[in-house]
Amino acid sequence: MTIPNAAASVAPSASAQTKPMVSFEGVIKRFGGTGGQPAFTALDGIDFSVSHGAIAGIIGRSGAGKSTLIRLVNGLEKATSGKVVVDGIEVGGLSETGLRDLRRQIGMIFQHFNLLTSRTAFDNVALPLEIAGVDSQSIKAKVGPLLDLVGLGDKANRYPSELSGGQKQRVGIARALATDPKLLLSDEATSALDPETTQSILELLKRINAELGLTVLLITHEMEVVKTIATDVAVIDKGRIVEAGSTFDVYANPAHETTRTLLASALALPEWLRSGIKRSPSAGDRALVRLVFFGETAFQPLTGRLVAELGADVNILAGGIEEIGGKPFGSLVVSYSADPAVIARAEKFYAETGLKTEVLGYVA
Amino acid sequence: MSPDMLFNLLLKALLQTLHMVAVAGIIGSLIGLPIGIFLATSGKGELFPAPTVNRILGLVVNAARSTPFIILVVAIIPFTRLITGTSIGTSAAIVPLTIATIPFFARLVEAAIREIDKGLIEAARAMGATPTQIVFKVLLAEARPSLMAALTMTMVSLIGYSAMVGAVGGGGLGDLGIRYGYQRFMPEMMLAVVVVLIVLVQLVQSAGDALARRFDKRNRKN
Repeated sequence: MTIPNAAASVAPSASAQTKPMVSFEGVIKRFGGTGGQPAFTALDGIDFSVSHGAIAGIIGRSGAGKSTLIRLVNGLEKATSGKVVVDGIEVGGLSETGLRDLRRQIGMIFQHFNLLTSRTAFDNVALPLEIAGVDSQSIKAKVGPLLDLVGLGDKANRYPSELSGGQKQRVGIARALATDPKLLLSDEATSALDPETTQSILELLKRINAELGLTVLLITHEMEVVKTIATDVAVIDKGRIVEAGSTFDVYANPAHETTRTLLASALALPEWLRSGIKRSPSAGDRALVRLVFFGETAFQPLTGRLVAELGADVNILAGGIEEIGGKPFGSLVVSYSADPAVIARAEKFYAETGLKTEVLGYVA
Repeated sequence: MSPDMLFNLLLKALLQTLHMVAVAGIIGSLIGLPIGIFLATSGKGELFPAPTVNRILGLVVNAARSTPFIILVVAIIPFTRLITGTSIGTSAAIVPLTIATIPFFARLVEAAIREIDKGLIEAARAMGATPTQIVFKVLLAEARPSLMAALTMTMVSLIGYSAMVGAVGGGGLGDLGIRYGYQRFMPEMMLAVVVVLIVLVQLVQSAGDALARRFDKRNRKN
C-alpha cells in the first residue's frame, strides 16, 4: 500500500534527471516572405526532444527541413517562433556572445567535412581551440590524443588533400570533439562516403557516444545510418515530425507513409517476387505475407508452428534477421494457400501468438 | 647613340619603373586588401552585413575601374599635388598608380574570398568563431594562393600602367620607349624597352606563381 507514495516521492528527481539535452517546442521556421513574396515554411511546428546520452536520428528526404532543424540547435539558423532549448538554455534568447559560448559546447560534423585546405590535420583539429583562445601548449596536449582517438595519430601533418574521405571525416570528428562538447551534431556526415567507410565512421560515433557520454543528434536520409547507431529516431516530412520514438519501435511498427517509404529500401522484396504480385486472389493463388519478428516473438520457433497450424505447406521466399537499436529484428516473407480456411487458421494463429504480419498480395 | 648611353638610359628608366610599381603596388594592395575583404563579407546575411555601404563602395570601385588610366592621371592632378607637393615626376606618378591599384586589387581580393567554400565559414561559425576570427583564420588563410595570384596580376598590370605616366613626366620604361623609340625614331631603343618589359613581367609572374604554389595545399598528392 505504500508503493504509490514511494513512487510519487521519487518522481520529481527522476524527471529532473530526464530533462532533455535538446528540445524543440512548437518550432516554426520560415524563409523569405519579404517584399511581397510568399514565405517558405521549412519547419512547421516541431515538437521533439533528445535525452542526455542518446544517439538521436532525424531522417527525412532532401528538402524535408532536417538541415534547418539541426542548424537551429547551435543557432546557425534562428527559429521564426517556438523554442529551441539546449541543456536548459534557450538558444533563441542568446546574444551573439552567448551564442558563441554555446557553440563551443556543441561540436558539429558535416557532409563535406569542411576542413581548411590550408591546414594540416593537426592544425584543423587545433582550430576550435585557437578560436576559444587556448594557449599553444594546451593545444598540443589536446590535439594529439584526439587524433589517436579517431585513429589518425600518424596523419597529424597531412593536409586534407592527402587524406581519403573517411580520414577527412575522422579529422572532422576530432575537430568537433576538441572543445569537449556535450552535444555532437552530425549533418549527413556519412552521405558522401562509401558503405564500408560509412560503417567505420558510424562505429566511431557509437564508440564516442559510449566512451565520452556525448549526446549525438544526427540528420540523414539513409535508414541504414539510423538503424545502425540511433537509439531514437524522428521522421520528418514537409517540415513536420510525422513519427518519433525508439528506433526499434519505429522500425517494427512504421505508422506513417513516409517512414514506410524510407523503410521500403531496407525491407524491399526481390524483383522476381515483386513483379508477380496481384492485389486480389484468384482460385489456386497463394497469399504473400510478411512476418515480422521482434521482442519476444524473435526467440520463439514460430515458423515451424505456423506450418503445423495451417495444415498447408508454407514457402519461405525472402527474409533475414538484423540488429536494430541493439535488438534482433527479423522479417520473413512467406507464401501459403489463399484458401479462406487456411487464411482463417493463419489469422487465428497470429492473434494467439502476437506475431506481426502484413499481407503483401497474392501470387500464382 | 652609343650602346653605353642606351644602357644608362635603360637602367635609369628601369629603376624608375621598379620604384613606381613597387611603391604603388605595396600601398595600393595594402589599402585594396581590406576594401576587398569588406566587399566580399558585407553583403546581406554575410559576416559584416552592411548591404547599403557594400553597394555604394561597389559603385565607387566600378567607377574608378572604368576610368581610363590616362584620364585618371590628369584628373587627379590637384590631389597628387596635395599629397606630393608636385604634379610631375616619378613620385607624383606614384599617386595615380596607387589610386588605380586599389580598386583593381580590391576586386581581385573580393573574388578570391568569394570562391572559398561557404561550408568553411559555417564550420567556423559552428565552432563559435567571431567574424574577425573567421576573416583571419579562415578566409585569408584559405585564400592565400588566390591572393598571391591576385597580387601578381596587379603588379603585371601596374607595369603596363606605368608606361603611361610619361604624360606627367613620370619617366620609366614606357616613357623611354615613346620618347626615344617612337618620337626620335630609334627602333633599337624601342626593341630594348620591349625586351626589358617582357623579361620584367616574366620574372614577376614566375615569382608570383612559385609563391602561390607554395601556399596551395589543395591538390597535394600522397
